[in-house]
Amino acid sequence: MNDMTPIAKTTPKDWETDQEVRWCPGCGDYAILKAVQRTMPEIGARPENTVFVSGIGCSSRFPYYMETYGFHTIHGRAPAVATGVKLANPELDVWIITGDGDALSIGGNHTMHLIRRNLDCQVLLFNNEIYGLTKGQYSPTSREGTRSPSTPFGSVDHPAKPCAFALGAGGRFIARAIDVNKNLPAVLKAAYAHKGTGFVEIFQNCIVYNDEVFGAFTEKTNAATNQLWVEHGKPLLFANGTKGLAMDLARLTLKVVDVVDGDWEAVGVAVHDQTNRGLAHMLVEMPFGAFPMALGVIYDDPAPTFEEAVIAQNTAAAQGKTPDLQKLLSQGQTWMVDKQPHEI
Amino acid sequence: MATAAHTITPQEASANPPAESIVVRFAGDSGDGMQLTGGQFTLSTALAGNDLATFPDFPAEIRAPQGTLFGVSAFQINFGSTAIETAGDAPDVLVAMNPAALKTNVGDLKPGGLIIVDSGEFGDRNLAKAKYAVNPLTDGSLAKWQMLAFDISQLTLESVKPFGLGNKEALRCKNMWTLGLALWMFDRGREPIIAWLKAKFAKNPTLAEANIAALNAGHAYGETAELSGSGLGDARLRQHHVAAAPAEPGLYRTVTGAEAISLGLVAGAQLADLPMFFGGYPITPASAILHHLSRLKEYRVTTFQAEDEIAAIASAIGASYAGQLGVTSSSGPGIALKGEAMGLAIMTELPLVIINSQRGGPSTGLPTKTEQSDLYQAVYGRNGDAPMPVIAACSPSDAFEVAIEAVRIATQYMTPVMVLTDGYIANAAEPWKVPSIDSFAPFPVEFMDAAPESGFLPYGRDEKLSRPWVKPGTPGLLHRIGGIEKQLGTGNIEYGAANHQAMTNMRRDKVANVAVPDQVVAMGESSGRLAVVGWGSTFGPIHQAVRRGRRKGLDVSHIHIRHIWPMPKNMEALLKSYDKILVPEMNTGQLKTVLRDQFLVDAKPLNKVSGQPFRIFEIEQAIEEMLA
Repeated sequence: MNDMTPIAKTTPKDWETDQEVRWCPGCGDYAILKAVQRTMPEIGARPENTVFVSGIGCSSRFPYYMETYGFHTIHGRAPAVATGVKLANPELDVWIITGDGDALSIGGNHTMHLIRRNLDCQVLLFNNEIYGLTKGQYSPTSREGTRSPSTPFGSVDHPAKPCAFALGAGGRFIARAIDVNKNLPAVLKAAYAHKGTGFVEIFQNCIVYNDEVFGAFTEKTNAATNQLWVEHGKPLLFANGTKGLAMDLARLTLKVVDVVDGDWEAVGVAVHDQTNRGLAHMLVEMPFGAFPMALGVIYDDPAPTFEEAVIAQNTAAAQGKTPDLQKLLSQGQTWMVDKQPHEI
Repeated sequence: MATAAHTITPQEASANPPAESIVVRFAGDSGDGMQLTGGQFTLSTALAGNDLATFPDFPAEIRAPQGTLFGVSAFQINFGSTAIETAGDAPDVLVAMNPAALKTNVGDLKPGGLIIVDSGEFGDRNLAKAKYAVNPLTDGSLAKWQMLAFDISQLTLESVKPFGLGNKEALRCKNMWTLGLALWMFDRGREPIIAWLKAKFAKNPTLAEANIAALNAGHAYGETAELSGSGLGDARLRQHHVAAAPAEPGLYRTVTGAEAISLGLVAGAQLADLPMFFGGYPITPASAILHHLSRLKEYRVTTFQAEDEIAAIASAIGASYAGQLGVTSSSGPGIALKGEAMGLAIMTELPLVIINSQRGGPSTGLPTKTEQSDLYQAVYGRNGDAPMPVIAACSPSDAFEVAIEAVRIATQYMTPVMVLTDGYIANAAEPWKVPSIDSFAPFPVEFMDAAPESGFLPYGRDEKLSRPWVKPGTPGLLHRIGGIEKQLGTGNIEYGAANHQAMTNMRRDKVANVAVPDQVVAMGESSGRLAVVGWGSTFGPIHQAVRRGRRKGLDVSHIHIRHIWPMPKNMEALLKSYDKILVPEMNTGQLKTVLRDQFLVDAKPLNKVSGQPFRIFEIEQAIEEMLA
């Protein structure tokens, strides 16, 4: 790490392992893997300095396919393992790979606390709204009425919204992307550039158990009308600039407005401000259908990170103290026995 | 066991008369400060040169309703002029601060023992709360004991009058008044307590002075009352002199098990030349370790209070993966939650120390009471064939060495190690001869930082069957680990039948071959008619019971096991050299089962799961029955 000789720039190929990728043919995970491998050279990451930590599920096999350090842990616990890794060595780039079940069901607690503490790492949540590895049960992000082996009559519970959850937990970087979309590397780059927990929900198609579940906005025919890629400082426009999002001041919420002749200002289309937490809440909570799907970097407003705070406190507390184990053992109320033992 | 320094030989033990010792129990409402009183009395007793053992016994409720039977908190101390190994069977002296404390404790008092009560607390209301129909101080029901009853509450109020405290605050000094009296009774110095009070109330000198005044008043009361010799009920207050216990020369301090474990972990990390990462989650009685370690940042210690027990162990595993010494600590229910992650540490072969401060179970059980019922959980409690070394501390001071031993095994063998202690060891205090850190051989960890000539194998093996420890950040040694079965050598995912057999055998053999010292006999001979085999905090009562048996001429020996898994290599031959084996345990027979399973020996159980430690006589009786 501390070698001062210039290091040759890596290529996407340098980030591929010799392991056979074992996802189903046509799985969205392949596209995400490629996007990550393409992104790593561009952000100047070093393989030996990079750790991928995952939980359990289809997505969590990811570390085996990255030529980096990797830790495939147990179901739901990747954030906790990653916290230990980063606290032990803050120099490492830590990426957490997880899924909707892993991050929001069994590991919901850890996801919440990771984000609340703001550990400097990237969380890539592959959301396919289904349990793939266990053969197709509904997941915490599945929509009401999802029929699956465990819900033959349709699921009845309300789905979790990953980005709303992350924002509610205190997240400082919230983004959304799509497995096969060309913008994914740009979103990953932004997440990496953000100091703190970079939370990225990636809509990922499960071709076997939940094919086309995101088709309403990922299909080519729907993409333009139903995807809204937000960009800091740019108006919130979609449908080729014919529609936009404006503030409904009476109800303190967003509303869809028609934009005529590109004059978005005339109808009050809001300009995206990625540091506006209130706007971020509205963008991630918009019900799809009545509204488009907000994608891209929705919120990015850095705050001090957990590992920095821990290290600063450790350093401050140790300041001026010389560790002397023998002295430590001899602390408290002590007394000397100076006589030789005698028989009793 | 009080200190390892005492020079009592088995011969001496069987030849000499019983030790002179006194057992005092302080009992009061959980708000009366009995643990504090006991702790300070312990300190001055240690400073007086007595050997001692203590037993804090308190309710799980933080502030149980005042005056109730279930709100009674007690602290027992056994001290004497010879080796003290238990907190004592029956108290000689009971200090009862209210009717409930009297009612719940007087039954344990030795016949003829002394009761000291605060008569000021024996009003109708408190008597009713303790479910006394009539005042026991006046109805003759306590006739078989001596009793000293006086109005401690009133005497305290008078002694602190000059400081202008409110009634409630003034009465809070009662415990110091009582402590003053106890210090006088046993001829202990007040100076360390006064110094402690001044430090404790540094920000409120008035409170410090009031407490000191109460302490002095209690002490003076004893002196005066002895001189006048009257008016204190049917007993006479007198002073007891307990000579200092012989001890090896050196520097001593008092230590609790939680302190000793924390210090041992710090020492172990230093001997391994590693920074330590401690992931914990609050749980009784394990939290004290997290508290101690969180103050030791200058020793390269990071403490992390995680969101739950699973995150506590998972973060420790992550830290170990990144090259620190990962440590986690809990008690039974929390250990249960950590089970899956232990399997991950076993599968990924990362060092990890897991401390289990056992308490009464199952489920929430008895959080503040002691038990040894997590031995099965420690040895067998994971999915799959998941072998893991298990070692047990037998006393507060022993916990220091055990913690170092755990770090040694974890780092040398790349394995999680479980340390078993219990609530009794964690909370109890005893004198400890401060060890010289130079007397421990360092075992520095060597990380692999470059591929060997034969090529890098993440799951390659050294002569101990240990795999290399590679820190992320090391160029040229990129690899992936995880909980899925891995290929021998490469560590790549591999589900093959022969490979799983080979890897399972590898994990088994690695742990089975952990080098542990031969089992020694704690007292007695290495063969004979009866071996009493114990582990953990039952050391004291077993040792005393065996000593008493040997004094009576019985052929009985004491074996105390530190290394529960793997067992010492000589264990089988040693056990089989006795005609009979008795295994006293504070559970329903868990070590007994392991011994039977491992060595096909007819180990007989002696079990107690009352939340209280064994009494010496209980084990003594069982020994006599076995040899009858």
